[in-house]
Amino acid sequence: MAIWSQVAGNELSIKIQGRFDFSSHQQFRESYENLPQPPSKVIIDMEQTTYLDSSALGMLLLLRDFSGGDQANISIINSNEEVKKILSISNFEQLFDIQ
Amino acid sequence: MSSDQVSVLIADDNASDRMILRALLAREGYAVYEADDGEKALSIFSEEKPDVVLMDALMPNMDGLEATTRIKALAGDRFVPVIFLTSLQEAGALAECIEAGGDDFLTKPYNQTILRAKLSAFERVRQLNVTVHEQKNKIEEFNKRLLHEQDIAKQVFDNITPSGRHNIEGIKQLISSMAIFNGDVVLADYKPSGGIHVMVGDFTGHGLPAALGAMPLSEIFYGMTRKGFSLQDILAEINKRLKRILPVSNFCCAMFVDIDTVAHQVNVWNGGLPDALIIRKGLGVIAKIKSTHLPLGILSSDRFNASVDTYELRKGDLFCMFSDGVIEMENQQGEFFGADRIESVCNEHKDLPSVFDKVVDELADFSGTDQQTDDITFVELRADTLLEHIELFQDKQQIKRLSGPRDWTLSLDLRPESLKHFDPLPIFLHVLMECPYLQSHRSRLYTILSELYSNALEHGVLGLDSNLKKDPAGFASYYQMRQQRLEDLDTHAYVNISIEHRLTGDNEGDLIFRFEDSGKGFDYASKLVAVDGKSQNLGYCGRGIPLIRSLARTFEYLGAGNIVQVIYHWNLSQTEIE
Repeated sequence: MAIWSQVAGNELSIKIQGRFDFSSHQQFRESYENLPQPPSKVIIDMEQTTYLDSSALGMLLLLRDFSGGDQANISIINSNEEVKKILSISNFEQLFDIQ
Repeated sequence: MSSDQVSVLIADDNASDRMILRALLAREGYAVYEADDGEKALSIFSEEKPDVVLMDALMPNMDGLEATTRIKALAGDRFVPVIFLTSLQEAGALAECIEAGGDDFLTKPYNQTILRAKLSAFERVRQLNVTVHEQKNKIEEFNKRLLHEQDIAKQVFDNITPSGRHNIEGIKQLISSMAIFNGDVVLADYKPSGGIHVMVGDFTGHGLPAALGAMPLSEIFYGMTRKGFSLQDILAEINKRLKRILPVSNFCCAMFVDIDTVAHQVNVWNGGLPDALIIRKGLGVIAKIKSTHLPLGILSSDRFNASVDTYELRKGDLFCMFSDGVIEMENQQGEFFGADRIESVCNEHKDLPSVFDKVVDELADFSGTDQQTDDITFVELRADTLLEHIELFQDKQQIKRLSGPRDWTLSLDLRPESLKHFDPLPIFLHVLMECPYLQSHRSRLYTILSELYSNALEHGVLGLDSNLKKDPAGFASYYQMRQQRLEDLDTHAYVNISIEHRLTGDNEGDLIFRFEDSGKGFDYASKLVAVDGKSQNLGYCGRGIPLIRSLARTFEYLGAGNIVQVIYHWNLSQTEIE
């Protein structure tokens, strides 16, 4: 598991490789926590994410909360079928823009 | 000797060698004990507990090898380096010293630099050992306390959350937790109006943090189901509570099933659990009920959606639910059990009255180990058994429902100080719910009470005109005036409420509500015509009276219009429609 993040202006990009589960907790939080202000747009690239568990869903909710809750603008892109299924069972497309 | 001064025991029968060593050690700041044979070395060791032992191999009474073995045994978990003093050079003898428990050698003639280096190296090892030992003790102590606390917490938890411990025939469940505490819950109870509520919940995570949320969940589920609340009301309440108490990253995937035994259908709300399956005898899986909602505890109340999907449920049908621990159960090859495998087991055994045992066997065969990576829950509802037992339950309810007070009158006179600060509705509702035959009428009775009370107070006592509420601005000023007039209430103001109950037959009765207020009344004849004619644009106001009239058998104003009497009729053959 590895997480990369980069900030351009007020836009945050996060890339997650491998299994996204509780062991990623610290690293995932560090990718946005120290930003001077909440990002106006977040793009999470899950092209190389092989799996997510429910604590990963929880981490996504934390990021959403940090980025303004109902006003947050978060896209999850390039996720594979398995990951998409997990996101859709929990109906996360109601909270995130899943492409 | 100061407590942090390192002490060394010299065991050697040669007095001059001891003297040389003592001099060297004293110069380095060590405290020194001396023994001239193995036995003395042992007794000094047990009394003084030196940190390091310098041991001659050949001594009278007890040789160094045996003394070393015993010293190591006495030291137990404490690391005490034993360094052999020797002029021996052959490998075999040196190996014996190590076997007896020795840690190193010091060869004669003694050299100050080598002695210093060896002792300080062993001192570092000894310090490390002391630290490790202390930490180990701390962890052991902590673990013992934790297990004890968990044990107690588990007992409390099991008493509060009777998950999977309902007594309903026709529901089978497998609940298997990964830790002592389980983040999965299965709850089921009969509704007072007949029918059953079943709920399966899967909290994020495992163990105690996951299990904590189960407590309010089961409290709300059982409390509200028994009082006759609908699936929608219960889910909204659970979602609201979980949203408030859980951290943002935690939530509860859940399925709520409302079995309607009159219409032979199930209403299902699925938020985040894998597809539920309906299996029809002879046909296999005929429906898969997908998750269409976000899990509980994520959305705020105003965005929460409790809409359900409705399916026919025939006698002979099975309704199966799973937590994702079942789907994601891994075998030793790292493959997932998967939803397809469950479905094919169900299809394979479509002629059996129950597939529960088959699925459980398949799960056990598949995993092949006792190691679980998630809490696992599988629930099967068997329609024929459920329906049969509901009939028995309803017969019992029929008798039970006619228990409680039967002929009674309850009245309450509210005077100014009460009108200002007190809401009488909860008290009345509470008393009404003590009558089992009224429990399934809860929401309708609440509507009638609250509409009648606000009419009596606002239009009667306070003389406010509901026409004010026709537009948003008026709406606001209406409530401003309401507040002002309440504060200025004169001492003669009152609302008298009386509720009378009469049985009108074996299985039916009338509730007579009578509200009288200190207001001057109004020309009710003309108002009723207007309402009946439905000619008004009602806007924000005027919905109260028609609502009561739609629920009650009769509705009439008496006196000067300051008295209203409503008769509500109940009948045990009615079922509640929310």
